[in-house]
Amino acid sequence: MLCDICGKNEATVHLTEIINNEVTKLHLCEECAKDKASEMEEHFGLAELLAGLADFGGKLESDEMTKLKCPNCGFTYMDFKKIGRLGCSECYTAFKKNLAPLLKRIHGADQHYGKAPIKAQKAAKVRDDAQALRASLQKAIELEEFEEAAKLRDQIKELEKKLENKRNKEGNQAG
Amino acid sequence: MKLSELLNRTSEWLKSTGPNADIVISTRIRLARNLDKVPFTNWANKKQKEQILVQVKEAVDKSVLLKEAEFFKMAELSELDRQFLIERHLMSPEHTYEPEHKALVVEPREIISIMVNEEDHIRMQTVQSGFNLRDAWSLIDKLDTELNQALNYAYSVKLGYLTACPTNVGTGMRASLMLHLPALVLTKQINKVFHALAKLGIAVRGLYGEGTEAIGNFFQISNQVTLGRPEEDIIGNFERIMNQVITREAQARRFLIMKDRDELKDKILRAYGTLKNARIITSNETINLMSNIRFGVHMDLLPDISIKTVNEIFIMTQPAHLQKLENKMLTADQRDMKRADLIREKLK
Ligand SMILES: [Zn+2]
Ligand SMILES: [Zn+2]
Repeated sequence: MLCDICGKNEATVHLTEIINNEVTKLHLCEECAKDKASEMEEHFGLAELLAGLADFGGKLESDEMTKLKCPNCGFTYMDFKKIGRLGCSECYTAFKKNLAPLLKRIHGADQHYGKAPIKAQKAAKVRDDAQALRASLQKAIELEEFEEAAKLRDQIKELEKKLENKRNKEGNQAG
Repeated sequence: MKLSELLNRTSEWLKSTGPNADIVISTRIRLARNLDKVPFTNWANKKQKEQILVQVKEAVDKSVLLKEAEFFKMAELSELDRQFLIERHLMSPEHTYEPEHKALVVEPREIISIMVNEEDHIRMQTVQSGFNLRDAWSLIDKLDTELNQALNYAYSVKLGYLTACPTNVGTGMRASLMLHLPALVLTKQINKVFHALAKLGIAVRGLYGEGTEAIGNFFQISNQVTLGRPEEDIIGNFERIMNQVITREAQARRFLIMKDRDELKDKILRAYGTLKNARIITSNETINLMSNIRFGVHMDLLPDISIKTVNEIFIMTQPAHLQKLENKMLTADQRDMKRADLIREKLK
């Protein structure tokens, strides 16, 4: 299917618009969809667009994905697609795969840096240390200090393992 | 503290004492926080919402920064009082929808306020007069840490603070400035500036936040991205960009006063004449004309008017404020007359 706006590119984004109670289906290419999104953003809040944006992955979602349901609060992924809001903090884990590309598009990132609540400060320190080492590694590679780089790489792996353990623990607590 | 006590007091942020107060009216930072695993407000049942309210109230009671703060249950406030709080920028218009189980915490100087059970369980904000992101951040950071002693926040090492809307996840932080940019509008540079800001991930809104239109050359400008960078980085970056906007507005003001001094003076004194003589005036016309007055005061074209008077007129002529002053409900026509009376009184 070709894009409704430019008629040139393959349509990968499928939007449903309701104007004056009339339902219009729009099939857009990635580029035109982006233009459309920024045009709409001027009229509505960004959040209202999320339902549409959630489709941006390009790939069609499998049945499994549309049936996803948060075990903690009962909110479904389809609910999210409808209202652009989540049901509880655990929904982020339940819909992880679907949310990751969306977050990347909104924020240009998928890893938090910055403040952590009291309970997570140790894990946050490990995360920040790993990030600092990654910067050093980059520098070492640029300077062709390969021995140093290898050492740094090991240290980073160590910290990443530690972080992964902490994250799993977090996950278990979440039940 | 009663709500009516706020009425005759000028909010701290309106005192125009902060840096660049001629261009930046106020600096605001808000943090979104939620309780771990408890459904977000719009998905929670009544019992859960009540429980959230109780927990946040306990945390507020323990807070040193909020020692003098008042806890208002939204359902117990009149429609007029709610409007009054929106006009003072202490809460969002959304916070009045389905008022049951919602609350607002306000500290007497109005520097800190907290919406409980808006879209997120907790939306706290700090406000400073002028361009002052550092103090606004340092205060809200402290407040957040204090509340965290009593509340178990929803957070993941990967995604940071977890919020009802994915656009707020990570830091949950929105920093925003209320700017007065008459010269950028008059010199027709404003769209260029906003275009550039949009490319940098910065949003521009009207006077009362999301979904409201810009009037009187007042704009609310805020960061959009909340995930991937520490709070201090986001603030530093936002501060640098806003500095550019402020510098441009200041340049445009200098340009106008050199090039179009007579036209400028004409425009401002005409606004002054209308305000001084009007018998009936709407809220929108007031804001538009007062925008010219505010500009004139800062350009030294209206030596007899103080910025304090300007700010008082801005805040007191809003619909709910007028009705609180009169202590009764007024129709729109009645308000337009009362508003004109109040302005003439203040400009005498
Ligand atoms: Zn196209
Ligand atoms: Zn959930």
